[in-house]
Parts: sequence; structure tokens; C-alpha cells
Amino acid sequence: MAEAKTLPSNQIVTIKPAKGWLGIDLQELWHYRELIYFLTWRDIKVRYKQAALGIAWAILQPVLTTLITSLVFGYLLKVDTGSDLPYPVFTLAALLPWHLFQLSLQKSSISLVGNSNLITKIYFPRIIIPLSSVLAVLVDFGISLLLLFGTMLLYKLPLTWTALWLIPLTLLAILAALAVGLWLSALNVQYRDIQQMVPFLQQIWMYATPIVYPISIIPEGTIRSIYSLNPMVGVVQGFRWALFGGTPPDMTLLFSSAAVVVLLVSGLFFFRRMEKTFADVV
Amino acid sequence: MWCSMEKDTSIIVKGIGKRYKIGASQERQDTLRDLIVSQVQNLGNVFRKGARSKKDEIWALRDISFDVKQGQALGIIGRNGAGKSTLLKILSRVTDPTEGYGELRGRVGSLLEVGTGFHPELTGRENIFLNGAILGMQKREIEARFDEIVEFSEVQKFIDTPVKRYSSGMYLRLAFAVAAHLEPEILVVDEVLAVGDADFQRKCLGKMSDVAESGRTVLFVSHNMSAIQRLTQESIVLEKGNVLLRAPSGEAVDFYLNRGLSKVGERYWEEDEIPANSAPFKPLAIRIIDKAGVVSDSVRSVDPITIEIEYELLEDITGLRVGYYLLTTRGEPVFTSFDIDSEELFKEFTSRPKGVFTSRCVIPPQTLNEGRFVLGINASSYMVRRYFQDDQALSFSVDASGAPGTQWPEPRPGAVRPALEWTIDQRGRS
Repeated sequence: MAEAKTLPSNQIVTIKPAKGWLGIDLQELWHYRELIYFLTWRDIKVRYKQAALGIAWAILQPVLTTLITSLVFGYLLKVDTGSDLPYPVFTLAALLPWHLFQLSLQKSSISLVGNSNLITKIYFPRIIIPLSSVLAVLVDFGISLLLLFGTMLLYKLPLTWTALWLIPLTLLAILAALAVGLWLSALNVQYRDIQQMVPFLQQIWMYATPIVYPISIIPEGTIRSIYSLNPMVGVVQGFRWALFGGTPPDMTLLFSSAAVVVLLVSGLFFFRRMEKTFADVV
Repeated sequence: MWCSMEKDTSIIVKGIGKRYKIGASQERQDTLRDLIVSQVQNLGNVFRKGARSKKDEIWALRDISFDVKQGQALGIIGRNGAGKSTLLKILSRVTDPTEGYGELRGRVGSLLEVGTGFHPELTGRENIFLNGAILGMQKREIEARFDEIVEFSEVQKFIDTPVKRYSSGMYLRLAFAVAAHLEPEILVVDEVLAVGDADFQRKCLGKMSDVAESGRTVLFVSHNMSAIQRLTQESIVLEKGNVLLRAPSGEAVDFYLNRGLSKVGERYWEEDEIPANSAPFKPLAIRIIDKAGVVSDSVRSVDPITIEIEYELLEDITGLRVGYYLLTTRGEPVFTSFDIDSEELFKEFTSRPKGVFTSRCVIPPQTLNEGRFVLGINASSYMVRRYFQDDQALSFSVDASGAPGTQWPEPRPGAVRPALEWTIDQRGRS
């Protein structure tokens, strides 16, 4: 019975040369859901396995970054947050989704090459590899979210129902990371330059996102619209709004979401096209 | 339209071919710079009408067609580079064929290499689940068979220890145990029997025949001819990407081993038989030489037998040892010997400069029994790297006429036939 449910024993699998651009096979992906789970679980488990501080790093990283940015930008450079928010909370609320995005991007871009032993020996939808490396980062994010709530409590900032918006916003951040991860991981199989490039890409991307500075310093109008095509602008502004109120970032979020959709759809097609050759070139 | 597969057919392939770009290792466009350079070159080639095509490509497989009935165990034999691994990769859908078409009925479990996806930091228990999932098992299935897997692997005591602390034997046993408990409709096995000690190998063979007897289809690739003969009814012989023969396994094994015979005691490696990653070691030839100094396929047991391995080093290599293992045609090892086994040569050849070398070994008279033997060669730096290995480099026959005991014409069991000293005493006499 169990067998019949997962894959009928008389199901016929066909082998033929790959041609053209193929869409993503959701049904097959569903069939492999347990593999997604196990690979995600492995990534989480292994990441902190031989680290003395273990999962505490999920807290330490945002704490340290917040301290550094608060010192440099908040205290020394006196960046105006554009509101009465204390700088550390202002930047921490943005750093959390940013870390989620950055780490997902970093892990997913090298994921295919890092799992080349699987790719060259076993068949499964290749997209599972970048997907699970992005999902694994969610655990860190969940833990650091507790840190954020704790900090808000410390500064006596109330948590309202709008905070529920964090859920779709987090999803948007993940999709953005997956979209870029699909492009980069597939390219990295051919061109190892990608993994050299990723740290710089992350740095540029961080400064192109209102993390250490408020979005108000970006001129409104066309420039702001182009700026909002960076998916993380929408996510970060959304986070701040969901947590601290203010004017909702409608237009920003719309532009950012549109950018994610375009990146994700193109990323999926590109990935599917490239995956045929992964085993031969990796 | 293609679904013409009959109910009792498990695998059917028609005209499968796989083309690779050659020189992939040297000309691989691994960096953007390479890409840019090659694009510019291609641009130049456009004017020379696609000059690059044909000659940079190689067909690892061409026009492969066969079918396998449900419950049949099919052996696949061939030399290194004959296309066996490529064929299995295509059948297990790791890579796509360049041309042709195939159908497989049911789940394909591939054991292209046991332990795929094992993570050294994870414990044995964790790796069973991870590896099981990678091989396509459901969590429930793994849970149901967990105890069985652990018992089969014989690592009960260390099941919660990270596998990086396992000995290589334990690691392989656990890996094979997981793979062996996978129950796909089609099982693809490559070389797994090369691992573990004799006891464990026996256990593995037993497990494999269980699989075959339970009505599943098995594709079995191995250099172990006796395992092929025991586990499969029929085999195909691959050479240079083509199917040379499909026959009952005994016949196929004979055909395959005797292809060495046509080479009259001598074998030259052609460029396409040498894996790219064996550089800077390049095998040139191996030959059997008889007492008279003539290259021969058949030598006498009572004479010294000389084995010559000729090779080229494209660079200096430190710690290189070149040697052979002598096997019976059933795949049982007789002995293994390396050219720098002796103290003096070991000291003299700690490093070899680039150039062409011949390593020569004399098997003393009265060593081997009559029969056919297979030579496998190996060139490696101990614990550093294996440059080249060919488990079926050459085969030759030994004739026992004149050897001790040949006054009786009966065949004597055993691979060796040493001249041993006997004394006979009668009680009460001196």
C-alpha cells in the first residue's frame, strides 16, 4: 500500500534527450518532499555540529552586527532613522530579514557544487538542493526573531497584530533568495567565478538596501521606484512597518514583489534548462 | 505512441547514445575568462564553417539497444572506458542521453556508489535516514527497516557515533546495509562488491541474489567475473560504447576474457582507454614473456614467467609504485606485487623523473597451476593518489606440463602449484 501511494510499481519512467525549456514539475517535487526535509535537516544539523557555541551563533551574529552598525552609523556617524526609533532597534529589524536573505543566498549559490557527489550519482529533482539550503536558514531566522522581540521588550516597544505581516514578508525574502540562488547555483556549476563574486554581490546588495540608513534619504519618484526593484527594499520596509507602524510601504512592496516574481520565474526556467548538464559538468 | 512496452518487460532502451565534448578537462570553460576566450575563438570558427564540431566530441555510448525482462538479472561487462558507467548513469537518470529513447518500469534504485550522501559529521543513525531518503526511501520505510539495517551493518555499538570516527570497513558496511535494504523494482549495482572483507562480500552477494530471486530486475556491473556468473543469467559485453554481444553469462564472460587472447600476451593502451585523471601516469603496454624471451599468451608453469609493464611519466612522480595483481578468471586474487616492494628498489626509486619506464617482474618457475589468469595493474602513490588501475589489463594461460604431479592427468584444484619438498619416513627405519 505504502509503495502504491508513492510511486506505482508499474509506473513507466521514460528516458530521452532533454530538449528546450521545461517548467517545474510540482507533482514530482511533492513526491520528493521527504528528501527536501532530510536535506534541510542535514544542513541545519551539520552547520553547528562542531561549533563550540553551536546554535548560539544564530543569536550572536545579528547581535554583533547590530552592535557594530549601531556604533559606526548610529553613534559615530549619527545617521537619522527618520523617526524616533532608537538606532539599534531600527537596524536590527532590517538586519534579520537581511541575514536570512544573505545567508540563504550564500548557501544556495554554492549548494550544487557542494553536493556534486549526489548530483553525479543519484537522480532527484535538482532544485531540491538550493531549495533545502534556503529552508535550512529559516531556523536561524526563527531564533533571531526571538532576539528581536526581546530587544523590543527592552525598549518598551509594543508588538501589535500587524506583526503577522512578518509571515508573508519572510516568505517574500525566502523567494527572493531562492530566485537569486537558482540563478547563481546553476551558473556556479559551470563558472566557479560565481562563488568568488557572491561576497561582493552581498556587500553591494546590503548597501542598496535601507538597513543602516532610512529609505527617506532615497529621492522619491523614479529613483525610488527603481530602488524598490531590489526585493529586499520591500522586505525591509515591510518589516519596519509591521513592527513599528508608520505609513505602509505599498508601492515599494509592489515593485519588490514584481521583481521577485520575474527573478523567480526566470530562475526556475534557467535552472531547469541547466540541470540537464549538471551531472556532466559539475 | 512509444508505450509499446510489454507487461513483463522491465527495461527497454532503443538507440541510446551519449556524446561528450572531449578535452573537457583541459578545455573546460570553468571560468568566465575561458568562456570569453572560447567564444572569441568560436566566432573565428564561424567563418571556417563550424570547424570545431565533430573532432572535439566523443560518443561514450552509441546506438545501445536492449531490453530486460521483469525479474531478470543482467550483467554488464567491459573494460574501463567501455561505457558501462555512462550507461548506468543514463538508466538511473543521473544524466540524459544525447539520443535514443528508453522506458523503465517502476522505481530505479541505483547503487552507483554506496554511501552517497553520507555526511561525516552525522551519526550512523542520522546517516541511515539521510542516505535512505537520498536513495528514494520513505521515512516510514526506513523506520520499518531500521533494525534490520543496523543488524546487517554490524555497527550496533557505534550507531550514535559520527561516521567520521568509523573505520573504513564499518563505514562501507553501514553504507551497503542502507542501500541493500532499498527495495526498488529495478536495482542498478556497480562495483559494490569490491568493498569489504571476504565475509562481508559473501553477505552482499547473498543479499543481491535475494533481490534477484524476489522478482526484481537487477543490472549488475562488475569486474568480478565469478560474481557476474553467479548472479546473472545473461550479460552484455560493452566495448567502446557499443554492445558487442549479449549471451548467457558464462558465454559472455568467456568471450570477454578471451578478447585478451587475441592480443597474444600483449596489450597496448589506446588513448581513449586511459582516463583523463590518470595523468601524469600514462600506461603504454603490458606483456607476458616466456623463457625464450618471446611475447606469448601461453606460458609454462615450469619456466620463469616475465611480466613487463611499460608506462610513461609526463611529470616527476614521488612515491610511485607500479604493480599488478594476479587473479584467477573467477576473480579470486592469487597475489599482489609492486615494483618497489624490495628494500633496495624502494630506496632507489623514492622519486621517478619524467620519461618512459619499464617495470619487469619474474614469476619464478613452479609457481602457478595450470589455467587462465588475469592481470590487473595498479599505479599509485601510497595514501596519496591512485593514478591508474585496470582490473583486467591482460589475461594469459599457464600450461602445467612437466610440473610436479603431472604424472597423473587429473586437474588439481588451486591457483598455485609450487614444487614442494617432501620427505617420507617409515617407522622403525632410519
